[in-house]
Amino acid sequence: MTAAIEFRGVSRVFGDVRAVDDVSFAIEPGEFFAMLGPSGSGKTSCLRLVAGFDSPDRGQVLLEGQDVSSVPPYERNVNTVFQDYALFPHMTVLENVAYGPRVRGVDSATRAQRAREMLDLVQLGAQGERRPAQLSGGQRQRVALARALINQPKVLLLDEPLGALDLKLREEMQIELKSLQRRLGITFVYVTHDQGEALSMADRVAVFNKGKIEQLAAPRELYTRPGTSFVARFVGSANVADGPLAQAISGSAQPFAIRAENIAVHLESAPPPVGETIAAGQVVAVQYHGAASRWQVKLDAGEVWSALITEEESRSLNGIGVGTRVRLSWPREAAVTLRS
Amino acid sequence: MTLRAASTFFYRRPYWYLALLLVPPLLWFGTVYLGSLFALLAQSFYAIDEFTAQIVREPTLATYKQLVTQPANVDIVVRTLGMAIAVTIACAIIALPIATYMARYARGRMKAFFYVGVMLPMWTSYLVKVYAWRLLLAKEGIIAWVLGKLGLMGLLDAALEAPGIGGPSLSSSYIGMFIVFVYMWLPFMILPMAAALERVPGSLLQASADLGARPAQTFRNVVLPLAVPGIAAGSVFTFSLTLGDYIIPSVVGAPGYFIGMMVYVQQGTAGNIPLAAAFSVVPIVLIFIYLSIAKRFGAFDAL
Repeated sequence: MTAAIEFRGVSRVFGDVRAVDDVSFAIEPGEFFAMLGPSGSGKTSCLRLVAGFDSPDRGQVLLEGQDVSSVPPYERNVNTVFQDYALFPHMTVLENVAYGPRVRGVDSATRAQRAREMLDLVQLGAQGERRPAQLSGGQRQRVALARALINQPKVLLLDEPLGALDLKLREEMQIELKSLQRRLGITFVYVTHDQGEALSMADRVAVFNKGKIEQLAAPRELYTRPGTSFVARFVGSANVADGPLAQAISGSAQPFAIRAENIAVHLESAPPPVGETIAAGQVVAVQYHGAASRWQVKLDAGEVWSALITEEESRSLNGIGVGTRVRLSWPREAAVTLRS
Repeated sequence: MTLRAASTFFYRRPYWYLALLLVPPLLWFGTVYLGSLFALLAQSFYAIDEFTAQIVREPTLATYKQLVTQPANVDIVVRTLGMAIAVTIACAIIALPIATYMARYARGRMKAFFYVGVMLPMWTSYLVKVYAWRLLLAKEGIIAWVLGKLGLMGLLDAALEAPGIGGPSLSSSYIGMFIVFVYMWLPFMILPMAAALERVPGSLLQASADLGARPAQTFRNVVLPLAVPGIAAGSVFTFSLTLGDYIIPSVVGAPGYFIGMMVYVQQGTAGNIPLAAAFSVVPIVLIFIYLSIAKRFGAFDAL
């Protein structure tokens, strides 16, 4: 099967900055593919290369096996949902949605009909005559989605589409986007800096850092088997031991990661747990999150690690507060070995 | 009262603070500016006694009747209006590519260079520029000389033979006056247009291309409609400045009167203040008509 999108050794340089640095990957048709990374990691640059707003300095971008490196955006069968939605302020909602067919020469009755269908699809059937400025953020987001989908693209690009929405609306839209993608069966490429969003929606996630892909894997694998310390920290908020710290704890310089929920906290005065790896330190903060608490412990080696403790365990640790000396312990198999 | 107590006083009473800020400029605006304007308008409802040449201070529409019924006066209004429309259209056409480049493509030093370049002529005396243009456009001027060297004298002669707008030389024809007007008011069109285009987010243009619009379609469907508020603002400048100007028509161009010259002559040598006032109402009315047409076409919807 031909990949929906393929990058072959793609680089894009702005001045001294390698925004995209020799990146290669392939996205399967119908896949929900997330590009995850902090700002400036190259994920949005990659999206722009797929959309055609930018061309690579080196390498090739292929859409369905065709090299499109020099094809302008208006000749690509790809549509984008922009971070700021980019709705045309001088057009009504219906005119916005009908814009794609309009510039492709579809007659006005047909395109109005199709635009109405698309608005129904995103549950905005009644808002067609309003202006974008009269809509809420969530509604604008849906208009942007309807406008991008009306051309029936093979690939839909989403650039942090939920970034401007509040938490509750964001979670609703995540579910809705995912089910929409399943129903339409088109390829979604989803750019986000929110690892929760990427993990919960995507079939596969590419984690970007400094213009390169650190790891490309399914969400579960990314979370349980992070390949690098960057992925361990960014995706799982895991505790990472590299170099001297790894040496001090395990006796080997091989870096490793332990997720906060795998760490137990013990009073230093209590007998040390048997058969587990141990690191000693001092509690510097306790954040209460309801079902669990996050304990920040400054290890004697200097790093601050965090342990996620259930409410039940917290109760048994009654009396421990900021400043108390503790031991952290974890089962040997919970440590994930990282590439150095 | 100490400064501190005064600060607290105004901080606790925001309306007093607002009043302190606004009263002096509003007094100026209300009395000196609007007051004199209304005094002028009131003058237009008087008329001059034809025998004594004295102003009769009784409300009458006689002056306006004189304005709209005497063919010479109507000619002046039509001539000025025609020039203002032509100048506005020409300014808009010339300014659009320049403003687009300044707002969308120029970066850093290039952008500063363009903004300074557009405003630089405004740092020079208006009169100096008008007289300089008269020399440039004269029969033996540099423009005629360059055209002659290029063997294009026939082109200039053909243009000057055009009925109505031609004349013996550029400096004594409406074509020459038009060139000077466009030169003078172009910055007033470029700057608001560039400001309007600067406010258009780049993502709108990308979205248009993304949805399948070729650059020409994006320009027509997105850039142009969003530049319209800027064009409207700029055209109010070019239109009203042309309607009111009296120096350019008296230094460059054919001998026919323009509204501004008529106001100057009537209130000065002729001493007919009511007619001068009535003539100065004409641009105000024309601008109102222009703005309501612009509004109907949605020029201000995106504001």
